Amino acid sequence: MSSKPYVREVSKTTWFMSQPRYKRYMAREVTCIFIFAYTFLLIVALARLAEGQEAFEAFVQALGSPLGVLFNVVVLIATIYHSMSWFNVTPQAMPIQRGEEFVPGNIIVGAHYGAWAVVSLIILFWGM
Amino acid sequence: MSELQKRQIQLEVLRYNPETDSAPRFQSYSVPCLDEWVVLDALNYVKDHLDPTLSYRWSCHMAVCGSCGMMVNGEPKLACKAFIHEYKEGQIKVEPLANFPIERDLVTVVEDFISKLASVKPYLIPKSDQPVSAGEFKQTPAELKKFKQYTLCINCMLCYAACPQYGLVPEFLGPAAIALAHRYNQDSRDGGRDERQEVVASDEGVWECSFVGACSEVCPKHVDPAGALQQVKVASTIDWYKEHLMPWVKK
Amino acid sequence: MAKSNKPIFWGLFAAGGTVTAFVTPALVLVTLFAAMRFNMDMFTYESIHAFAGWWLGKLIIFGVILVSLWHAAHRLRVTVHDFGVRADKQVAIIVYSLAGLGTLLTLVYLLRI
Repeated sequence: MSSKPYVREVSKTTWFMSQPRYKRYMAREVTCIFIFAYTFLLIVALARLAEGQEAFEAFVQALGSPLGVLFNVVVLIATIYHSMSWFNVTPQAMPIQRGEEFVPGNIIVGAHYGAWAVVSLIILFWGM
Repeated sequence: MSELQKRQIQLEVLRYNPETDSAPRFQSYSVPCLDEWVVLDALNYVKDHLDPTLSYRWSCHMAVCGSCGMMVNGEPKLACKAFIHEYKEGQIKVEPLANFPIERDLVTVVEDFISKLASVKPYLIPKSDQPVSAGEFKQTPAELKKFKQYTLCINCMLCYAACPQYGLVPEFLGPAAIALAHRYNQDSRDGGRDERQEVVASDEGVWECSFVGACSEVCPKHVDPAGALQQVKVASTIDWYKEHLMPWVKK
Repeated sequence: MAKSNKPIFWGLFAAGGTVTAFVTPALVLVTLFAAMRFNMDMFTYESIHAFAGWWLGKLIIFGVILVSLWHAAHRLRVTVHDFGVRADKQVAIIVYSLAGLGTLLTLVYLLRI
């Protein structure tokens, strides 16, 4: 009768390096850092908007610096990765049962991508 | 009768004898495998012809009993469902299921899993006491379909081996146990959800889950425990808001 | 084991995750275009100021920023834990305070417009 079970330690800091699926998970999770930072950028934009046209335009100028452009590009990649990973798991989190059967997952996901396109176009062409 | 295709496979198996070893170590075996074989067949060959001391759990050899879960080349698999022909390199590393203590060789200590399963009260708790004369519970096909998927769990523990949160936080209730609770919560005959929430809605319950989704990826029966856990989170959140914002609403 | 208070934060996380998934990529495109001086007459100071001056515009801006903040904060709490930091209570206080600060600032600035 065994009385000496062996416990294999898991590294608290590098566990996610051991499998591709864990790395993809961490990539998804760290998108929050960029979304957090971007949201604070929007808050700064609000502050400048409240201060007046000069302040706001100075803000837009600063946004055009190489660092500003780079930041926006990085956030864009992060937020697209967030959107896709979020939409893809929606059928698992919120299954829809119609009668006996469940609505196929790809219809739910497809509807989300469709709505994403519509909302994006509305935002992009609001200024027109 | 034609000559059956055979391939020589190198098995690297993690051994551990609690009576003599201070730590596990790998042992190599060269096994002549038929193309149709699974890893379990190779292990049985080792035990029958090369090394009778090798210990491992197995039973049905057809992916319904849940006994033969192990890590095959780092991936949680049922040994009876891991086909030799999938391992083109001919090198297969076999280790006991991750996140569980090793009892001996490929046999893990499963007590934690068993007690967690029991803790979610995995049985029908009727909404009210009904005498036998009231007749049987009736259920439509749609009501059955609502929870059927979650009845398919064979308790193989692959999901616990895949779940990084269980590996990092051993107190975590885990995918199979919570999916099992969900199976009963979704059953129209059951009225025990509140009782289960004490355990399921605790910090070590569903809230330890961060939706990595590895559990559903490795589940051999396509139970989708990750989906069950997210649905439990949604239901628990709606509960919380109802309780705190509309306390006058009777549940 | 007592029932957790995580639902408060998770509810906001889920709402924020959904809103940011639909809305944020396009918003980033807008700021990216502004940064690159691309199609400048699409979003002028006047039109943005008008939107933020409109009561519904204020509500929308506040709603989007609120859920974005609390979504990111909660996910950051979990991510820090995933990176091995075990001081969950302290991390929670830090991230939620940040989100709270952002919420307050948004209110203040919106009321000034």
